[in-house]
Amino acid sequence: MSFKMALRSIGSNKLRAVLTMLGIIIGVMALVVLVSIVNGATRSVTDQMSALGSNYVEAYVWSYGRKALTMEDLNEWVESEPLIEAVAPDSQDSSMVKYGSKSQRMTIRGTTPAYYEINGLQLETGRFLKNADILNGSRVCILGPSAVDALVGYADCVGDEISLDGLRYTIVGVLGKSDSLMYSGYGDNVIYIPYTAMVRQFPNVAEGINNFYATAPEGTSMKEAEAAVRAFLSEKVGTDEWGNENYYVYSMDVMENAMGSVTNVLSILLGGIASISLIVGGIGIMNIMLVTVTERTREIGIRKAIGANRGTILRQFLLEAVVLCMMGCAIGIFLSWCILRLANVVVADMSMRFALSGNVVVLSVIFCFVIGVIFGLYPANKAAKMKPIDALHYGG
Amino acid sequence: MIDLHDITKVYQIGDEKVYALDHVSMHIYPREFVSVIGPSGSGKSTLMNIIGCLDLADAGVYRLDGIPIEDYSEKQLARIRNEKIGFIFQNFNLIPKLSAEENVELPLIYRGVKASERAERVREALDKVGLTHRAKHLPTELSGGQQQRVAIARALVTRPSLILADEPTGNLDSRTSREILDILMELHEQGNTVVLITHDNDIARQAKRSVHILDGRLTEVAL
Repeated sequence: MSFKMALRSIGSNKLRAVLTMLGIIIGVMALVVLVSIVNGATRSVTDQMSALGSNYVEAYVWSYGRKALTMEDLNEWVESEPLIEAVAPDSQDSSMVKYGSKSQRMTIRGTTPAYYEINGLQLETGRFLKNADILNGSRVCILGPSAVDALVGYADCVGDEISLDGLRYTIVGVLGKSDSLMYSGYGDNVIYIPYTAMVRQFPNVAEGINNFYATAPEGTSMKEAEAAVRAFLSEKVGTDEWGNENYYVYSMDVMENAMGSVTNVLSILLGGIASISLIVGGIGIMNIMLVTVTERTREIGIRKAIGANRGTILRQFLLEAVVLCMMGCAIGIFLSWCILRLANVVVADMSMRFALSGNVVVLSVIFCFVIGVIFGLYPANKAAKMKPIDALHYGG
Repeated sequence: MIDLHDITKVYQIGDEKVYALDHVSMHIYPREFVSVIGPSGSGKSTLMNIIGCLDLADAGVYRLDGIPIEDYSEKQLARIRNEKIGFIFQNFNLIPKLSAEENVELPLIYRGVKASERAERVREALDKVGLTHRAKHLPTELSGGQQQRVAIARALVTRPSLILADEPTGNLDSRTSREILDILMELHEQGNTVVLITHDNDIARQAKRSVHILDGRLTEVAL
C-alpha cells in the first residue's frame, strides 16, 4: 500500500524523478562497468598466461630415498595418474661448447619432447626433440636464442655441428625469443639435448632425475595437480631421517594468486572511485527529497490531522527515497549490461569478454539501498517532525 | 465529553503577548451540536486546534473523554485524532493526488483496518454524503461542495466521537453551504457530537447551542 503510494508520488513528477535518479544511474553504471571490465581483462590475461605454458607444476628433488627417480618412474606415473597430462625431466649441467673456432661454457639441459609444450617454447627454425631421439639417445641439440647469438651469430645453423666436451652434436632446431613470462628470464642461454644422451655423457646426471615439470589436463586445477605431484614424490622419495621432505614442489598458482591480488586492488580502487559518484547521486536524492518535503508540507499536515503519526510519515518519505534509489539502480544495471554487450562487440577480436559480474550487481544493489536509507533519512525525519498545526497552515 | 478548564494559549508577536485563548472554560456533552461564533482573529481556530488535539494549550486542562490531553505522547495524540475526531476544514484539505475514495480511505489505513473492511466503510461513508458516483475522481475534478462532502465522508469514516468543522461553508456559495449544513444536521440527528466553528451568525443559529468567542474569551449565547 505505502509502496504503491511511493511509486505514485514519484510518478507524479516523472522528469524530476528521472533527473534525480540520473546521479544514481551514472554511479551504478560506473561501478558495474568498470569492475566488470577489470574482471574481463584479468580473465583474458590469466587465460593468456596459461596459454603461454605457465600452467605447470615444477618439482625439485634433492635427495633420493631408497631409489633414484628415473625416467621410467615418471613415464609409469604419468600413464596411471589422471590428474597429470604430461611430464618432462629437466637435468642440468654445464659443458664447454665449441662451434667452429668459438668456445664457451654453457648450460646443458637434458629433457624430453613434452618439455616444449609444458614450458611454452617457440621454435625459430628446425624442430624440437622427438621420441626417437630419446629412445636412441641421439646426439642432437636445440639452441636457445641467446646461445645462438653467443656461439653462431645467425639463426640459420640447423644441420651444423657443435661439440659438447668433445662429443659432436647436430643442431636440429633453434628456439625463438619466448613470450612466456616464466621462461624468458633464465632460459635463453641454453642448449637442449635428449635426456638419454645427457645421462650417457654427464655422470652427475646419471644418478637420477632431480628436477621435472608436470602439467594438468584441461579443466583440472593446478592445486589438484600439485597435490598429485606431492603424493607421487612422497611415495617415491619421501622424507629424510629428520622427517623433512626430500623434495620441493612449486606451482604457477602462486603467480596466479599474485595476479589476482593485483586485480583485486584495481577493482577496489575503481570501485571506490565509482562509489564516490554513487554518494554524489545520493546527495542529489536528498536534495530533491528536501524539496519534496517542503512542497508537500500541507499534505503532511493533513495526514497528521487524520491520524498519521511520526513513524508513518517517516516511513512514507523514506520509502520514497529508497524506491527512487532502487529504480535508479535497476536502470543503471540494465544500462551497464547494454554497455558491456556493446563492448564485447567492439573488442570481439581481442580475445576479451566482458560479463556483468554478479558480485558487483549485488554490491551495487546493497550500496544503493544503503544510500537511499542514509540520504532519505534526514528529509523523512524533517517531514515526520513537523507539527501538524504548522504544516496544515503552511502557505495558506 | 469535552472539558476545557482554564485553557490559555499565548502567541508571542514581536514584544507583545497575544492571548489567543484567555482562560477559557467550556463543556461539551455527548450528542451536542455546538457552534462557536466569532470574528476572524478571535481565537476560534486556536480553540478548534486545541479541541482537535492538533495543538497543545500553554496552560489549563483539557480532558477528552475524561483523560487530560497533556498526558498523551505524540503517537497517542495521532491515534486520538484518528479515532475520536473527524476534521472538516474550510479549504477541504483533501490530498490532491488521491481520488475521493482514497482520501476517505486514508484514515482507515492509518488505523490499520484491513482492506476488505476499508472498502466497505468507504462506500458507506461516500453513500452518506451522496458521492458514490464520484468515488474515482480526483479532488480537482470535483466542485467545492463535492470536495467538502468528500472531506465530511473522510471525517465520518472512522466513526469519531466528535466532528469538528472549522468554517466548513467558508469557501462555498449559499446553496452548497445549505447542503453541507444539512448533512451536518443530519449527522447530529444520527447521534454524532458536532462542533461547528464559524463567523456567520445565521449558520451558528442552526446549532442547538451557541458559544461566542471574542479576544480569546468565551460567552454562552442564549438562542
